[in-house]
Amino acid sequence: MKNELPKWADYILLPLINLTIAFMVAGLVVLLVGENPLEAAYILVRGAFGYGGGIAYTLYYATNFIFTGLSVAVAFHCGLFNIGSEGQAYIGGLGVAIAVLALDNFMPWWVIFPLAILSSALFGAAWALIPAWLQAKRGSHIVITTIMFNFIAASIMVYALVEVLKPAGSMAPQTRTFEQAGQIPKLDWLFEIFGSGLQGAPLNLSFFLALIMAFLVWVLIWRTKFGYELRTTGTNPTAAIYAGIPPVRTIVITMLISGALAGMMALNPVMGDQTRVELDFTAGAGFVGIAVALMGRGHPVGIIFAAILFGMLYQGGAELSFDMPNISRDMIIAIQGLVIFFAGALEHVFRPSMIRFFSRFEKPPSEPGREAA
Amino acid sequence: MEFLYNLDVLNSTIRLSTPLLLAALAGLYSERAGVFDISLEGKMLGGAFAAGAAAFVFNSAWIGLFAGVSLSVLLALLHGYACITARGNQIVSGVAINFIVAGIAILLGQSWFGLGGRTPQLSGPERFREITLPGAEALADVPIIGWLYSGILSGQAILVYIAFLAVPFTWWVLFRTRFGLRMRAVGENPAAVDTAGISVTWARYRAVMICGVLCGIAGAYLALGLSAGFVKDMTAGKGFIALAALIFAKWKPVNVMFAALLFGYLEAVGIRMQGKSMPFIGEVPVTAIQALPYVLTVVLLAGFIGKAIPPKAGGIPYVKER
Repeated sequence: MKNELPKWADYILLPLINLTIAFMVAGLVVLLVGENPLEAAYILVRGAFGYGGGIAYTLYYATNFIFTGLSVAVAFHCGLFNIGSEGQAYIGGLGVAIAVLALDNFMPWWVIFPLAILSSALFGAAWALIPAWLQAKRGSHIVITTIMFNFIAASIMVYALVEVLKPAGSMAPQTRTFEQAGQIPKLDWLFEIFGSGLQGAPLNLSFFLALIMAFLVWVLIWRTKFGYELRTTGTNPTAAIYAGIPPVRTIVITMLISGALAGMMALNPVMGDQTRVELDFTAGAGFVGIAVALMGRGHPVGIIFAAILFGMLYQGGAELSFDMPNISRDMIIAIQGLVIFFAGALEHVFRPSMIRFFSRFEKPPSEPGREAA
Repeated sequence: MEFLYNLDVLNSTIRLSTPLLLAALAGLYSERAGVFDISLEGKMLGGAFAAGAAAFVFNSAWIGLFAGVSLSVLLALLHGYACITARGNQIVSGVAINFIVAGIAILLGQSWFGLGGRTPQLSGPERFREITLPGAEALADVPIIGWLYSGILSGQAILVYIAFLAVPFTWWVLFRTRFGLRMRAVGENPAAVDTAGISVTWARYRAVMICGVLCGIAGAYLALGLSAGFVKDMTAGKGFIALAALIFAKWKPVNVMFAALLFGYLEAVGIRMQGKSMPFIGEVPVTAIQALPYVLTVVLLAGFIGKAIPPKAGGIPYVKER
C-alpha cells in the first residue's frame, strides 16, 4: 500500500473534507441557536462575495491571514509551532507606528511604505528572536515561550499606547491619526475596472505585498538551499545534523522569517484601514494564521485560498450577525477552532482512511516491497 | 507600601490563586501522563459558562458546578480522543479547543439569555458563598493566629478549600498510589508501561479526565465564586498563567501551589498598584506586573534559575508496536 495520497487529494480533497465536516458541526450549532444553517450560509456567502464592497472586504481580511498563515507555515516546515504570530504582528504594529509617526509629516507615502515594511518586519522578527534562540540553544519549548511572548507583547503594547504613543490630551489608548502620507493607497482603481467601487472597504496595496510574500515563501521553501535545510530540520532534526545543517542557525533564521512575516501583517490594518495603532488591532489574526496554515497544507497557494476563505467568514460573518442577530461573529471563532481541530488535530484520522480508499484504485506493485516512509 | 501585605491583598491573593491552582493541578495530571494541554483556558471557560448557565436555570450553585465539570470533562475527552486515540498534534488540538469553546459559549449564551453572551446575574443559592470556619470569631482577637485564621483562611468559598486540599491529595495520588506511579510512567516512558501489560491509553485517558474535572471546578469557581455569573472572555488568559505556574513549579504539586500563590499575589498587587509609588523604584507600571508571570516563566524555561524539564514523553502520541 502506498503511503502517500495523490497530490490533488492531499492539497485539495482532504482540506475540503475537513472543511465540510467543520461546517457541518457549525451548522449543528446554528440549528441549536434556532436558525436555518442553509440560509445562514447563503447570507454569509452573499455578504462576502455578493457585491464589490463585500469582495473588497473579504480580500482585506484575507490579506491579514495570508501574512499570518505564511508566518505559521514557514515555522511549521521547520518543525516549529509558532503560536506567537499574534504577538509578533502586534509588536510589528509598533514598528509601523515608529516609521510612520517619524516621517509622515514630510515624506511621501512611497518612501514611508517601504520603510514601514522594513520596520514592521524587523520588529516582528525581533519579537520572534528570543523564543527562537531559547528553543535552539536552551531547548525551551517554543510553543510555551511564544504563548508567553504573546502576553508580554500585549502588556508592552498597552504600556506603549497608554504611556508613550498616546498624544497629549487624548483619552483613547492609541497613536495620533496618520497623515495622508502615512496611509497605504487603496485599491479602488482595481475595482473600478470591474465597474464597482470599493464601497468603503479598506482593501489596499498591502494585499499585493501579501501575494508577493506568498511567492517569496514558495521560492524560499522549495527553491533555495536554506529552504531545503529548513525542511530537512523539520522532517528529521537528527538527520539534518548529520548532514551538516547547523540546527541553531536554521531554527533562528526560520523564526526570524516567520516573525517578520507576522510583523508585516500590521501594515494592513494599521496603515491601510485604521490609520493609527489601536489596542488589539490584530484581533486574533495571528491565531487565524494557524487555521489557515493547517488548511492550506503549508503551501503558499493553499494558504492564499484558505486566507480568502477565512476572509469570507470574517466579512460574511459580519453581515450574518446583522441579519441574524443570534449568530454573532463569535461563530467565526468557533468555525476557526473546528477547522483547526479537523484539519490539524484529527489529521491522522482522515488521511489513512483516504489513503486506503485511493489505494484500491491502484494496481498492486508487481514486486511487493516496503515503500520508503 | 501597606498595600503589599495588608489583609485585603492577602485575601485577594487566595481568591485569585484558586482558579490558577486548580487549572495548574489539572495541567499537572495531564502533562505528567504525557498529554500536553494548552486548552486549560478553553476548558475553564467552558466550565465557567456551563456553571453560570446551569446555576441560573436550576437555581443552585451545586448543579452549576456539576454542569461545569461535566462540560469540561467532555472537552477533555475530546482532547484525549485527538491526542491519545487519533494520535494528533496535542498543541493543535489544544488551540482548537480554546477557540471552539470561546466561540460556541458566547453564541449559545447569547441565544439562551440574550445578554450579549453573558449569563444572568447570579445571587443567593446560585453562588458559592463564603464560609466562616469554626472558631474563626473566637480566635479573631488572638494575635497572628487570629489574623491568619480568621482574616485570611476563614471566609472563603468552599471551592477555595477544595483547591488547596487538592494539593496534598495530588501529591499523595502522584507519589503514593499505584495509579500515580503508572501515570508518571506513561509520561516518561510509555513503552515500558506497555511492556508491563498496562494500558497506556487507559492511563492517559484517566489523567485527561481528572484534568477535565479540575478545570471544570476552576471554571465554576470563576463564575459562581469569584464573580456572579459568566461573562465573555472571563478566563482572560488565566489558563495560560496556570500553564506558566505549572512550568514554573516544574510539574510538582506543592510547588504548583506556591507558584499559583505567587502569580495570584502578583495579580492582586497589580490591581492595587495603579498610580502608587514604590521606594527606590518609583512608579511601577501595572502592565509590568501583569507581564511578570510570563516573563518569570520564560526566564525559568531558559534555564537561568534552575531547569524546568517536562515529562519526557510529553507531546508524543504513543504508538504500540512500530
